[in-house]
Amino acid sequence: MMEWLQTLLGPAWLPVWTTLKIVLIIAPLMGAVAYLTLAERKVIGWMQIRIGPNRVGYFGLLQPLADGLKLFMKEIIVPSGANKFLFILAPIMTLMPALAAWAVIPFNAELVLSDVNAGLLYILAMTSLGVYGVIIAGWASNSKYAFLGCLRSAAQIVSYEIAMGFALVCVLMAAQSLNLGDIVRGQHGNYGMLNWYIIPLFPVFLVYLISGVAETNRAPFDVAEGESEIVAGFHVEYSGMAFALFFLGEYANMILVGFLTSIMFLGGWLSPVPFLPDSILWMFAKVAFVLFLFLWFRATFPRYRYDQLMRLGWKIFIPISLIWVVVVGAWMQTSYWLW
Amino acid sequence: MNTIKDFFKTFLLFELLKGMALTGRYMFARKITVQFPEEKTPQSFRFRGLHAQRRYESGEERCIGCKLCEAVCPALAIKIAVAEREDGTRRTTQYDIDLTKCIFCGFCEESCPVDAIVETRVFEYHGENRGDLYYTKPMLLAVGDKHEAQIARDRAADSKYR
Repeated sequence: MMEWLQTLLGPAWLPVWTTLKIVLIIAPLMGAVAYLTLAERKVIGWMQIRIGPNRVGYFGLLQPLADGLKLFMKEIIVPSGANKFLFILAPIMTLMPALAAWAVIPFNAELVLSDVNAGLLYILAMTSLGVYGVIIAGWASNSKYAFLGCLRSAAQIVSYEIAMGFALVCVLMAAQSLNLGDIVRGQHGNYGMLNWYIIPLFPVFLVYLISGVAETNRAPFDVAEGESEIVAGFHVEYSGMAFALFFLGEYANMILVGFLTSIMFLGGWLSPVPFLPDSILWMFAKVAFVLFLFLWFRATFPRYRYDQLMRLGWKIFIPISLIWVVVVGAWMQTSYWLW
Repeated sequence: MNTIKDFFKTFLLFELLKGMALTGRYMFARKITVQFPEEKTPQSFRFRGLHAQRRYESGEERCIGCKLCEAVCPALAIKIAVAEREDGTRRTTQYDIDLTKCIFCGFCEESCPVDAIVETRVFEYHGENRGDLYYTKPMLLAVGDKHEAQIARDRAADSKYR
């Protein structure tokens, strides 16, 4: 079948096959985003002793479709003082890097779109690009709330990027590789979950997870949106599908951070116990757990004040991750390094 | 010493974990949502909903057009016009309540010397056009006729406190 298609299409085979693979990643991702919004509303509802959406379809399962349809039908309003080109560009700039980063994510030992050696660097670059969408949206909206939101977001993401980068330095030191697949393979061993990097790198795991929450602008670090202070922050002027793109970008980023956390600290597709086989299902279970933590955080913690957020990033996370880089470096020189 | 203890508690995310344990427990708690169209919260017999005009058992309308309700209404939602009927009694020719102005304070009900204007337990009503919520005398009487049994029961339950 494949060979037959290959001969039929000739040189067009590679683009067609790559596009097909991209669709195979993006389409389930969009479904996951849609149902993550439902899961969020359900989980937060349960934690507030409510039952969450349950009207559209059995158990509210069609709610994301209804929401999507509603956003699709709505008019996109461009404010009169806005820079129209940048205003339209901003949601695209938010979604594009959030999707592009998926190119190097290994789902299991074989399933990866492009197995590049500098995967970790590529991920860092792509997640950093996301902030441009926010800045452009805030500036192009010509609204003071949007502008305040984008300023906050820019400073926040830049600050937490540093701590996140140092946390990733620990991981690449432990794995001796920037290739995400090799990082997972480095956590393979005879003792199941005791071989994962979360054990020796626990402090930077926490730093990475919390920075990940901050990077995706999720509660309690959602000062960029801050709906009770600056209405909705950077996307206050957006409606309809333009708003939906921001939404998709945010949730795609959340899922991305879930995947990265499970790849780098929780052993990716590796089984937590030695007697069970490694499988892609472990990967999904770990991602679901990390995403549940995101929702749990949102239901539990009040929003940080802006100066507290900066203090946490610069005066706590950066020193902790820096110290742990040194600790891991020294540790690896001794014979007590077992990973 | 306490400062050091607090420092380590904060540093090890102790407080945060405690907070998450609380919300985590509530996730499995019994949910208190009332699913409205199927389930309803219990109502007091003093519930102040849609207005109604009552009649005596003979079918005679109670209202004597004293305009006390119009005078007491803080939202100026009531408009009354009065004339003498053929049998010489004082009756309203116009009794309008603008429900979009009404604040449902219950003063009209309280001021009425003959228990003519009352507020019923009905709260699920709506208007689809401008003016649909401007209730005139026949509409109010119709509401009263429809819910008279419930209205009488509620007045009886309340009578010992009046």
